[in-house]
Amino acid sequence: MVYALLQRLGQMLFVMFGISVLVFLIFFATPGADPAARIAGRNASPEVLEAVRKSFGFDQPFYVQYLTMMKKIFITGDLTSFVNRGWKVVPAVLDTVPVTLSLVIGAAVLWVVFALIIGIVAAATRGSWIDKTLMVLGLIGISMPVYWLGEMLNLITQSRYHDTWMFSWVPPLGYKNFSDDPKGWFLTLVIPWITLSILYIGLYGRVLRAAIVESLQEDYIRTARAKGLSETRILLRHALRTSLVAFVTLFGLDFGALVGGSALLTEVVFGLQGVGKLTYDALLNLDLPIIMTTVLYASFFVVMANAVVDVLYMLIDPRVRTA
Amino acid sequence: MSVISDTLDVTPKSRGPWATALRRLLRDQAAVAALVVFIVIVVFCLLAPAYAYWAGTDPFKSTLDAVIKLNGQDVPVMEQSTEGLGLGYTPIGPTWQLGNYFLGADNQGRDVMARLLYGGLNSLFIAGMATVVTLFFATLIGLAAGFFGGIIDTLLSRFLDILWAFPVYLLAISLSIVLIAQGLNLGIITIESGSLWLPIFIIGVVYVPYVARPVRGQVLALRESEFVLAAIGLGVPSHRILLRDILPNVSTTLIVFVPIMMALNMITESALSFLSIGVQPPDASWGTIIQDGQTLLYTRPMVALAPGIAIVITVLALNVLGDGLRDALDPRSKIRIGRS
Amino acid sequence: MLKVRDLTVSFRTEQGIVRAVDGVSFDVGEGELLGVVGESGSGKTVSLLAVMGLITDPNAIIAGSIQYRGRELVGLKSRAMRELRGKEIAMIFQDPMTALTPVYTIGWQIAEQVLAHNNVSKSAAWQRAIDLLAEVNIPKPEETAHRYPHQLSGGMRQRVVIAMALSCNPALLVADEPTTALDVTVQAQILDLLHKLRRNHGSAIVFITHDMGVMAEIADRMLVMYAGRVVERGTKQELFSSPMHPYTRALLDSIPPLTGERPRRLRAIPGTPPNLLNRPPGCAFAPRCTLRFDKCDTEPALGSGQRAAACFRVPA
Repeated sequence: MVYALLQRLGQMLFVMFGISVLVFLIFFATPGADPAARIAGRNASPEVLEAVRKSFGFDQPFYVQYLTMMKKIFITGDLTSFVNRGWKVVPAVLDTVPVTLSLVIGAAVLWVVFALIIGIVAAATRGSWIDKTLMVLGLIGISMPVYWLGEMLNLITQSRYHDTWMFSWVPPLGYKNFSDDPKGWFLTLVIPWITLSILYIGLYGRVLRAAIVESLQEDYIRTARAKGLSETRILLRHALRTSLVAFVTLFGLDFGALVGGSALLTEVVFGLQGVGKLTYDALLNLDLPIIMTTVLYASFFVVMANAVVDVLYMLIDPRVRTA
Repeated sequence: MSVISDTLDVTPKSRGPWATALRRLLRDQAAVAALVVFIVIVVFCLLAPAYAYWAGTDPFKSTLDAVIKLNGQDVPVMEQSTEGLGLGYTPIGPTWQLGNYFLGADNQGRDVMARLLYGGLNSLFIAGMATVVTLFFATLIGLAAGFFGGIIDTLLSRFLDILWAFPVYLLAISLSIVLIAQGLNLGIITIESGSLWLPIFIIGVVYVPYVARPVRGQVLALRESEFVLAAIGLGVPSHRILLRDILPNVSTTLIVFVPIMMALNMITESALSFLSIGVQPPDASWGTIIQDGQTLLYTRPMVALAPGIAIVITVLALNVLGDGLRDALDPRSKIRIGRS
Repeated sequence: MLKVRDLTVSFRTEQGIVRAVDGVSFDVGEGELLGVVGESGSGKTVSLLAVMGLITDPNAIIAGSIQYRGRELVGLKSRAMRELRGKEIAMIFQDPMTALTPVYTIGWQIAEQVLAHNNVSKSAAWQRAIDLLAEVNIPKPEETAHRYPHQLSGGMRQRVVIAMALSCNPALLVADEPTTALDVTVQAQILDLLHKLRRNHGSAIVFITHDMGVMAEIADRMLVMYAGRVVERGTKQELFSSPMHPYTRALLDSIPPLTGERPRRLRAIPGTPPNLLNRPPGCAFAPRCTLRFDKCDTEPALGSGQRAAACFRVPA
């Protein structure tokens, strides 16, 4: 048991190491890349370029640069931005985490609740117009680019219908700290929550419906019917329970990715300074230390999510436990 | 002794699996409708040059002082106003006259409708080519890893794990930012910075694990199947087994992936273009037009609305088609649509 | 106790209407064991599924009469049917490996049935589950009740299924080929178990099988089905010693003899069962029958007595 855990841990570390190397290679080692030129700006004189190179250590071999950066992130914690000198990276990243968490957790609650409702209702009424309508709505949800949806919602709530009773409460774009202004925090996040969750509601609703309908074909459902149980009980206690495994594992992976910064499009469109937005800004500015840190942070969560999902899988599906 | 009656059933001549699948697909009304919609969209986009010619507009040139005829009157494309861009000018809104700035103008005075068609062409092209790239590499990797196993499998799987652990959009954005600036030079292949092949390559590569893993899984299972084991036992060389026995079985999975990947790629490309790191000007794509429409969002929403709707319809059609294909070819498949 | 009269179950399909069960009638008396034997597609399973009200296909049409202790089951409201099902009429199926829900313990699943039909406490239901497991000879029932289905062997799982089916003391237990998927040795144990339980609980059993050997062991009376119809019925002794219908005789002939010279080829019945979609007129078995003659072009009727066969060769 312990050995398996250690093996898993080793795998995780290996993957994260691989990712850090990959990022490093992308930004430092792409043929033709010259980080010094990017920092010094165009039309910089050769002397300036040399100076920049020296001060940032770009004249060192790659592996030294890599190790230096890793040391600065993990050990000394004093990695500073290339663009805003003096701006400590690690605290900067940590500052943005609450924003992302607020966005993602709120959206997750929304999408789990609605996906469950849609999936169960569609499976219970399978073949009917309710089922078909719900599935089409789900498909539409999946087919909308999330940033465009955000823009359209902004259009409606901030501009076109802002003065109607329905949307007058929508505050201007931006994030309010929960500790400073709980009501503001909530109001600024409502529309972003809806935007982010629509895609996932569509997806998970469809996945759940398919999983439940598939479970209902199994032999043990026939046994349950023969026992004289009600269709509702069979649906919820027998079919749904076995379908939850797929649902939960998918959810874990998506949630992990979102916490790591995959919600960046939503953050950008709504002006929320979360991890995703920070990553995006850093990418635009080619601010490599921040990129490095946020990517490591993101991949950590993805890898974590994978591990957590595996554990959850064991908890939910007894067949896996004794294997 | 016994009489075998002539009323005994004779099994009807069985059709091949492809013919059965095609029949099943054609009976699926939703899938057929989706296919038709998709083809119509493709045709419209292919007509982009014709439309631009007929409308007399050049959708790539900034035409701030163009003047069009509207209801008999001369109307400048950039109207004077106090709202909008804050420059004192607002592009005109939709005229709803085909060939005459149907959807209005964007902030550079360009005909949005014409740009929409050209953009569609690019978006569709990128999505399609990226799908080819993904399927090509994914099949290679999936076949190699699944069939040969051992160290090859371990190496390839670890590589896929790392690639996939990188959130897709972050990886795509990272690669785009770095490569957009200077293009890609791998010695054998050189792609210039402004070329469409850059996003094609990036999007294609980024989704390789998404397809490679199921392919690998299927190849692994097939490798243990009796007919493959028999072939190996008979001494059939590996490449023949791969080509003759394994690849045809994997092809159904690949075919189902085509519309699914195209749908995913369209959304990814539009996101990258929206962030200005996908298709580069002067080229347009639906994503870039949405970006163009951002500043005009509250005054001339059509610029951002139209390409978005175009994306939604196209992606919807592709998803429905993907569903239909999957049901026709392999109803028990676990492939689901629409996620990265 | 159970009176089935002229039961017909048809399914609407794309190619037309398929009559899986065509005018079947039989009785089951209190406490007796009725064996139903026939090939795949003979309609044996579908008829009993209709009795249980377990046909969920929306394209199914059920006609005829099924009377349980005087109560008409055809057309009964689903809620009322559910109250009967699992409580007074129970059914077990062929494959024990997939019969139980994988995510709940077997004790929980048995208790679930008890609780669904009886107003007792959870602990009482759990205790009943343990008692039932003991009754079906499952070792260490208190511990096993906490196990999951995948932790038990096929034979054990089938015992659990039987325990579950008997949990509410049904008057009638329908067993659809419960031993077909099991080893011969396990099969014998299960049959013994069913004997014993029948004695203890007094339930009647309808035992569906295609195995004449199993029939010989346990049945009181027998029903032979072919192409959706009953072709012969009678007591076990009557059918085995003097089978009347050519199909029954062919079935018995196909069993290899225990003594005497070993046949070089097993005597199979040539041909295949008819397509139920476009059933030709006349006796359904005629194409494969060695005794067919010109009268067989019309449908032979099954007599109404306890001992009857649907064949023109048989004196009415």
